[in-house]
Amino acid sequence: MAPETSFTPLSALIGGGMIGLAATLLMLSLGRIAGISGILAGAITPAGTDRGWRIAFLAGLLAPGLVLAAIGKAPPVSFVAGTQLLILAGLLVGFGTRLGSGCTSGHGVCGLARLSPRSLVAVVSFMAAGFVTVGILRHVAGGF
Amino acid sequence: MRKLLAAFLIGSLFGGGLIISGMTNPAKVQNFLDLFGQWDPSLAFVMGGALAVTLIGFRLVLRRPAPLDADRFELPGTKELTPSLVIGSVLFGIGWGLAGLCPGPALAVIPLAPGPAAVFLVGLLGGVLGHDAWQRRRG
Repeated sequence: MAPETSFTPLSALIGGGMIGLAATLLMLSLGRIAGISGILAGAITPAGTDRGWRIAFLAGLLAPGLVLAAIGKAPPVSFVAGTQLLILAGLLVGFGTRLGSGCTSGHGVCGLARLSPRSLVAVVSFMAAGFVTVGILRHVAGGF
Repeated sequence: MRKLLAAFLIGSLFGGGLIISGMTNPAKVQNFLDLFGQWDPSLAFVMGGALAVTLIGFRLVLRRPAPLDADRFELPGTKELTPSLVIGSVLFGIGWGLAGLCPGPALAVIPLAPGPAAVFLVGLLGGVLGHDAWQRRRG
């Protein structure tokens, strides 16, 4: 049985607001879309460009977790999938976000704000696939 | 230097938002995707909160002739709805559902759960590099 999580609308709104503010500030400062899959790919692939700010941004992404872990205030994190499933999922996320030109942040937070039809199609596609996948895992396959 | 510092601080704000919102907890993400089970609608509020800011923020920022620390805005120019867009997004959604992680939270959660995060990231990097190698071979 999967761990239950409680409905947390306030922290969700505050955290979401911070994500939106970060995306807005990245556009204001560097003129870039805050799409994590794109920033990561540009930092690590042979064809990548502008690695400096990308690596600085990714290092920043890790910083809050490092601080929370250091002061012993780490929030709950429960992984349900095991090793093999995590690798398979990672492959799908890596390949899929490259082929589909973006993920939850680039298409969701930034693309929808620009009213991009491509991003709307992407968000509907990955949300639908996510709902169906968890539905099958939990209610058909009977796994977690 | 100013560019790098800005990128680091903005990345930290983004990462903090991911943690506070609960996106770094795979069980919570999967519960959001479990519409017909123990549904936790919180993540809809994450997207809502983020979009409320970017919908207004992008409008204000993009009125400027240029960003503060770069020569121009780099916005995606493609408008076409392609099979790749849909197929890629569906594959991403399947992986997102299987693990309960998308790329941002997978990085932000490294210090909180290094083991499983590293396993997922090995797959993710393999997928990214595999895709790019495949694209190069296709020419």
